Amino acid sequence: MSLAEHENAGNTGRAATADDAGTASAQRPATASPRAAAVADLVPHLRAILGEDGLLTDRSQRRTYESDGLTHHREVPGVVALPTSADQVAAVVRLCHEHGVPFVPRGAGTGLSAGALPHSDGVLLVTSRMRRILEIDIANECAVVEPGVANLDITRAAAPHGYYYAPDPSSQQVCSVGGNVAENSGGAHCLKYGFTVNHVRGLDVVTPAGDLVRLGGKAADAPGYDLIGAFVGSEGTLGVATRVVVNLTRTPEKTVTLLSAFDSMDAGGRAVSSIIGEGVLPSAIEMMDALAIEAAEAAVACDYPEGAAAVLVVELDGPTEEVDAQVAQVEHLCAQAGSFETRTASSAEERALIWKGRKSAFAAVGRISPAYIVQDGVVPRTALPEVLRRITELSADSGIRVANVFHAGDGNLHPLVLFDDAEQGAWERAEEVSAQILDLCVEHGGSITGEHGVGVDKACKMPRMYGPDDLETFDLFRRSLDPDGTANPEKLLPTPRLCGEQPGVQRDVHPLVASGHAEQF
Amino acid sequence: MAGSSRTPIPVVRDGTPQDTVGGLAPARVAEPSSTEELSRTLTEAAGEGRAVTLRGGGTAQDWGPPPRSLDLLVDTSRLSWIDHDPGDLVVEVGAGTPVADLYAHLAKEGQRLSYDPVRAGGTVGGAVATGASGPRRLLHGALRDLVIGMTVVRPDGVVARSGGRVVKNVAGYDLAKLHTGGHGTLGAVASVAFRLQPEPAALRLVEAEFEDRAGAERALAQVRESPVVPSAVELSAAPGTPFSLKAVLEGTPDGLRPRADRAVQAMGQHAQVHEGLPSGWGLRPTSGPLAWLSVPPAESVEAAALLGRRVGVEGCAPRGALHLSWPEGTPPAEVASVLEEARARPEWAATLVRADPGTDEAVDRWGEVPGLALMRAVKDSFDPDHRFAPGRGPGGT
Repeated sequence: MSLAEHENAGNTGRAATADDAGTASAQRPATASPRAAAVADLVPHLRAILGEDGLLTDRSQRRTYESDGLTHHREVPGVVALPTSADQVAAVVRLCHEHGVPFVPRGAGTGLSAGALPHSDGVLLVTSRMRRILEIDIANECAVVEPGVANLDITRAAAPHGYYYAPDPSSQQVCSVGGNVAENSGGAHCLKYGFTVNHVRGLDVVTPAGDLVRLGGKAADAPGYDLIGAFVGSEGTLGVATRVVVNLTRTPEKTVTLLSAFDSMDAGGRAVSSIIGEGVLPSAIEMMDALAIEAAEAAVACDYPEGAAAVLVVELDGPTEEVDAQVAQVEHLCAQAGSFETRTASSAEERALIWKGRKSAFAAVGRISPAYIVQDGVVPRTALPEVLRRITELSADSGIRVANVFHAGDGNLHPLVLFDDAEQGAWERAEEVSAQILDLCVEHGGSITGEHGVGVDKACKMPRMYGPDDLETFDLFRRSLDPDGTANPEKLLPTPRLCGEQPGVQRDVHPLVASGHAEQF
Repeated sequence: MAGSSRTPIPVVRDGTPQDTVGGLAPARVAEPSSTEELSRTLTEAAGEGRAVTLRGGGTAQDWGPPPRSLDLLVDTSRLSWIDHDPGDLVVEVGAGTPVADLYAHLAKEGQRLSYDPVRAGGTVGGAVATGASGPRRLLHGALRDLVIGMTVVRPDGVVARSGGRVVKNVAGYDLAKLHTGGHGTLGAVASVAFRLQPEPAALRLVEAEFEDRAGAERALAQVRESPVVPSAVELSAAPGTPFSLKAVLEGTPDGLRPRADRAVQAMGQHAQVHEGLPSGWGLRPTSGPLAWLSVPPAESVEAAALLGRRVGVEGCAPRGALHLSWPEGTPPAEVASVLEEARARPEWAATLVRADPGTDEAVDRWGEVPGLALMRAVKDSFDPDHRFAPGRGPGGT
């Protein structure tokens, strides 16, 4: 593997450009590794499986797949396979297995941990042509879909029947169900509705050996070990999902969104604690600090209450009578915690207005800073005030600004660490702050990732959260299903070769956000 | 919390007649009182090549076939501790903690684990190892959905943790899923972290009986189409009795009144509304053959109609997660025949959990297990010598 190419891109301290990666690769000797030769040998076989149309070998075409949503990590794939059926996926994976060539599954490429970072001497298996919704089965409250189907398309197909697909990652307009399965994606509403793993009933999986296996189906509780549960969130390291049976959830009778403004983060945090403490279970509780509000105002003029040092967005849904009772309760609890203004929205339009500021926050930060790092960490909810104070101190001590936008209900922080990439050493200082925030999360008993995944980006941070025996056990499980290590290698678990990498930098707006295909929040 | 500062010396004693599992008497019984002691016990057992079976409350020792061999029984009842963070709605519990103790502890804080046990007197570790979930899984998820972290001692004695104590966490493989319902065949669960929920202020049970299948199907469909959001919809049928549906609604007192009215409309005007759950709610029979039946949810009533002529059928209709229960002493050929009838249907799966003693030869407990080769690969990695509850794994592994 030409890891040197990858490391060159990774250690520049700035987001590498496509040209950087191209140059590095072009400088590589033509007689690279035996593995590169192996990929070349596969091409005629791959063409026989996928047809002329289903295989990309041209370098400029391959380069369009060089990164996922974490654009800092780049690697031009050896070849790109675009299968249209499970049988094709199985044949490609079997071929890789037989030749010891690594494969990397990729959905829509919206991931934020470089989990779909290609392998330069491997096959990138892209599921984007497998995008049929095979069945919307209302009697069984499920949908059967191919992995390339966009998350939101399931909801679109189910909506006329009064149903939706509950997991709603911010990229849901484009991100694929297969990618959601790989990453165990959540979303703003997972506080009440859980993650992908809580909504997958059946999976067809192509194993790393190239066998097509059906696990579960429309019926719950398949006999034997819960392989579906272990496969969801395995980041493409245990195989490729080729057909997914997901739960459909009844659209709530009523949904209300509240926006409550506070003059301090502490007061907002108190409101969150009392809402949860009083037994209300909102579908979402989101929080933004003054810097994030400032950015959102600059970007979309969301008209949040003036002078707010913190805003909470609380969403309640369910049977009308229950929601009405809970709205009154939440309004009361916010006021008690010191809110100076609370707005309540019931119509779809009014609710969208409240969400607009929150949903724009990530992209909006580009308005107040040339570059930023998006961090993803989790703390126990009760540790939020302490951790937020420590982040403020970190920011003050380092002179690096940090905007806080997060899922307050479940303690999932998304600090945006701002810096000017034109300034010498700024990225290193920002990265230092970002890493310290992650350390704070672990110190407080939390997690190094709540929803973005480990991928390449955080593989080397796994030892901060898990001991050597824990990691060895993860690896034992991985090897039980992928003994040859061909399925998305060098991801999820630390390896000596991988570690030393730097985590990702986000510059400007994600290309999918810029083109209006996705929202990031 | 699980640890102790003193040198871990687990209690080990000779097996007694009370310690038999499926008719096998273990030579020795270990009663570790910390994760470290459990680790030491299992490391020694590994070194000596001993066959191990675990016991929590002992309420499910007749689930699964008798182990093929048994040298050491590990009793987890001293692994009993509760570490509760009420503000975070999270609890971490030692595997030997009685479920009833955990529930009493949580209730003092107005919280609960939203899981209806299927056996009385069990431990948390036993509940997790058997994995079976009661009626309120409909809204809150099965037990596997409520586990957020787990510490397991592997068959080789290595202590391994996965997940954590925060509800949102995607770092590493979710190995707890394998151990939940793993029947102790992949290692010994030492402790489990769960997500909790506030105890709802009020509850209503709406109950109705139906003489014919069409009535039950119509009521179920209307409940599904209504916005009442039940926590449970339990269907039951048995030879010579009508179909019965029990819907549980949870929420605020004000909210529940109109919701119960709407549930009555959906289920039929003869439906009765109760303010509490009946005694023994969710508990499965403690004797006689018992099987799990999974069907596509829309076929739950069909399953109850088809099999309910021969055997008791009960379970969570909107999930298609049912169980079959026969009186003790039912001829094994009859049990086998019902299982075969169920397995003949596309997408139906039937697994015999408990057989009458001595009838194992006569009944195929598993039927076809999709993904069995992968399950065996996992078993071979974690327990290469198949010392842990041998024969109790998927497909008799």
